[in-house]
Amino acid sequence: MNFIDNPEKLRGFEKNVRVEKVSRRSILKGLGITGGFVLAAPVMSRQAFAYETGADKMPHGVVVDPRVFVAVAPDGTVTILAHRAEMGTGVRTSLPLIVAEEMEADWSRVKVQQAHGDEVKFGNQDTDGSRSTRHYLIPMRQIGASARTMLEQAAAKRWGVPATEVKAVNHEVVHSATSRKLGFGELAADAAKESVPSIEGLKLKDPKDFRYLGKGQISIVDLHDITTGKARYGADVRLPGMKYAVIARPPVTGGKLVSFDPDAALKVPGVEKVMQVRGWPWPSKFQPLGGVAVIARNTGAAIKGRDALKLTWDDGANGKYDSVAYRKELEEASRKPGLVVRQEGDADAALKGADKIVVGEYYLPHLAHVSMEPPVAVADVKGDKAEIWAPVQSPGGTREDVAKTLGIPEGNVTVNVTLLGGGFGRKSKCDFALEAALLSKELGAPVKVQWTREDDVRHDFLHTVSVERIEAGLDKSGKVIAWRHRSVAPSIASTFAAGAKHEAPFELGMGLVDMPFEIANISCENPEAAAFTRIGWFRSVSNIPRAFAVQSMVGEIAHATGRDQKETLLALIGTPRIVKPAVKDMWNYGEPFDSYPIDTARLRKVVELVAEKGEWGRQVPKGHGLGIAVHRSFVSYIATIVEVAVDDKGKLTVPRVDTAIDCGTYVNPERIASQIEGAAIMGLSLAKYGEITFKDGKVQQKNFDDFQVLRMDESPLVTNVYIVPPGPDTPPSGAGEPGVPPFAPALMNAIFAATGKRIRNLPLGKQLEA
Amino acid sequence: MIKVKINGQEQSWDGDPDLPLLWFLRDEAGLTGTKFGCGQALCGACTVIVDKEAVRACITSINDVAGREITTIEGLHPNGDHPVQKAWRQVNVPQCGFCQAGQIMQAAALLMDNPKPSHDQIREAMSGNICRCGCYQRIENAVHLASTGV
Repeated sequence: MNFIDNPEKLRGFEKNVRVEKVSRRSILKGLGITGGFVLAAPVMSRQAFAYETGADKMPHGVVVDPRVFVAVAPDGTVTILAHRAEMGTGVRTSLPLIVAEEMEADWSRVKVQQAHGDEVKFGNQDTDGSRSTRHYLIPMRQIGASARTMLEQAAAKRWGVPATEVKAVNHEVVHSATSRKLGFGELAADAAKESVPSIEGLKLKDPKDFRYLGKGQISIVDLHDITTGKARYGADVRLPGMKYAVIARPPVTGGKLVSFDPDAALKVPGVEKVMQVRGWPWPSKFQPLGGVAVIARNTGAAIKGRDALKLTWDDGANGKYDSVAYRKELEEASRKPGLVVRQEGDADAALKGADKIVVGEYYLPHLAHVSMEPPVAVADVKGDKAEIWAPVQSPGGTREDVAKTLGIPEGNVTVNVTLLGGGFGRKSKCDFALEAALLSKELGAPVKVQWTREDDVRHDFLHTVSVERIEAGLDKSGKVIAWRHRSVAPSIASTFAAGAKHEAPFELGMGLVDMPFEIANISCENPEAAAFTRIGWFRSVSNIPRAFAVQSMVGEIAHATGRDQKETLLALIGTPRIVKPAVKDMWNYGEPFDSYPIDTARLRKVVELVAEKGEWGRQVPKGHGLGIAVHRSFVSYIATIVEVAVDDKGKLTVPRVDTAIDCGTYVNPERIASQIEGAAIMGLSLAKYGEITFKDGKVQQKNFDDFQVLRMDESPLVTNVYIVPPGPDTPPSGAGEPGVPPFAPALMNAIFAATGKRIRNLPLGKQLEA
Repeated sequence: MIKVKINGQEQSWDGDPDLPLLWFLRDEAGLTGTKFGCGQALCGACTVIVDKEAVRACITSINDVAGREITTIEGLHPNGDHPVQKAWRQVNVPQCGFCQAGQIMQAAALLMDNPKPSHDQIREAMSGNICRCGCYQRIENAVHLASTGV
């Protein structure tokens, strides 16, 4: 599916659906919502699932209640709450769209309202892990079906006919025997009095009757506002009397302020105050680093004031962190045995007996998220009450952390979720909102804390740094009989507690121990690695280095055996089967294996699909090369073919990218395509440029000049996306993150095909110019 | 007292003349459609049109634009129906949307200067504007669409 080759197909896409503030009054008149959303709604059991997901195991689980999520106003306007954060995936449109589909609402009469952070009321709100659609497709359908049933019951009572004789169709309830109709608005008050039907008795729509789901015809609700500058992001919140703040933070993680001289800063026009901000010792989860804040009448003055501060820091224990030296340590650790985290057969013996051993040692440095909107938050703390406006991926978690940080009850904290100008995992950590809360409390006024790009690059929760070493033992026929993969990387757990030396199950499960190849002797090991800076989730997380290593190794094996990359890949994947790795505490993205097995038939299918559509094996001009890679992540299957062209000076261009994704049942294929197109750009960005380095404990990069990301003139000329049609009961799986991991290895396999150079160290940088 | 015309309206400023136009627009004039992305003219999120030229508001002081006419995303078209804006919606360009105001202003300035840019010219002209979500393919197509008639 490629929406872009035929723009004329997109004509008429623009829907006049806008998001507007809904007054409390219209909500109150709506469908059973009383007391301004404050109600003791019973959380209903959800036994009517066609499949199980891990949704219930998330903090606060799932709430299925139409009275919480849906309101119908007397004028027929249907308001649907979006309880997940919008950072560009389209979730703020797609989840309400599911409700509208199932309740037979007309999308042009639907308004989407953003829910604030309250997980008791709304269920889990952590918008990460590519989970929203896979956890909420069925609950949102049930919510919509409940609302529809209540409207139908109300109409049946009004007409005095059995409820079985009436049917909701496109914003009306119809009694076809007597040709009577009532609009949703006319039924709203009565429907509100109906009891909420039991989930077990709900009748969900037959998917063949879907008007919206799976069609890709509905644009995101914020489209018009985005194109006219009206969309409101975190930085766009303005309150009366609001102060503007920037903060100077310790340049080394865990460092402390020794002294500061505010005099020069206070002389800057517009600067009103200079004050210390409380910091927490490292590691302390998402608590602020502390430092010195400059408060001003506008952000420009605050930045200028900060530049004038005289600051003395104590760098602390991490002041020795040097990424060049640390890389050597990681490499050495990867060459020695480590904690065995998966063992099948006897990899040691098989390697000893192998006819040939192919070894690859792959390096991936720290990466910064650099979402286009740097972290920013507004807080208004009055007495023991706090209100926050912020672009956060975890509104519920932000509420908890603000309450804890200020020492006030969670019920006294309101977290308003703005649009996120990109997230990529950075905005799962609410440190910036905590800073704003602390400052507002002390100032007694609303305050906006704006991070500059330099702050963002220097004080990120970075993607980890890793060395992945793979040894593949081949027999005489070229068949891989042994596989040893050592992964050495500081764990995200190090951000939560001191002393974490091994990766957590959720990291090991991202492409290391879940490796799906059919090999008799497998050993996966995890040698120790300590952290010296804040490590955090970055879109696709550990899948990036794992897919890079494993799929590059496939290319290396293909070369060593003189075989085609794709055939080598399919041979390694082996027979269609369910892979059950011999692993204790195997982590499967939080999902039950029964619903989400490691299915090599689906893995093979995306390889075959992308090979067919992407014309694998086609003749390419001299200096061009094709590379392929496949990876399962976030319980989706995805394969990518990259075509590169490398000129005689080593300049790289990417004429074409083809990607096939199987993400099960989907809601909006148009947004899946946009995620995959974007993943190719992000994948090329990190492969070409992505690197954060440390010297004397300090990040050496600062902005887009030295932490470069891809620009349009170097982006792929065309990216084609193919979506595998789901089977009738295939559960939905992730789409936001899976696109990134296969890109770098497909690129490096393509570069090898074009040049004979095997790139094992990211980023590519100038390696082709040598 | 510095006087500027923003989206057709006279505005004045008697504070720091070195204040970057970006912060005047966002924090003093309340025009938050123009975004802060880098502060160093590296990403283009703050692009506005001064007279007929695309300018990075983050490194342009309010004093630099005294007496000039500034157009921001809010003033590009009264109903938001500039051909570039319409094309953006037809092609469903945005993901997070944060960089899009800058992208749209850059594209509008490009089309004023060169109404029928080639694909290469589009890629070159738009390369000062970063999109971290990676909407480049659609941006290129939308600019092309805007130049050929929406």
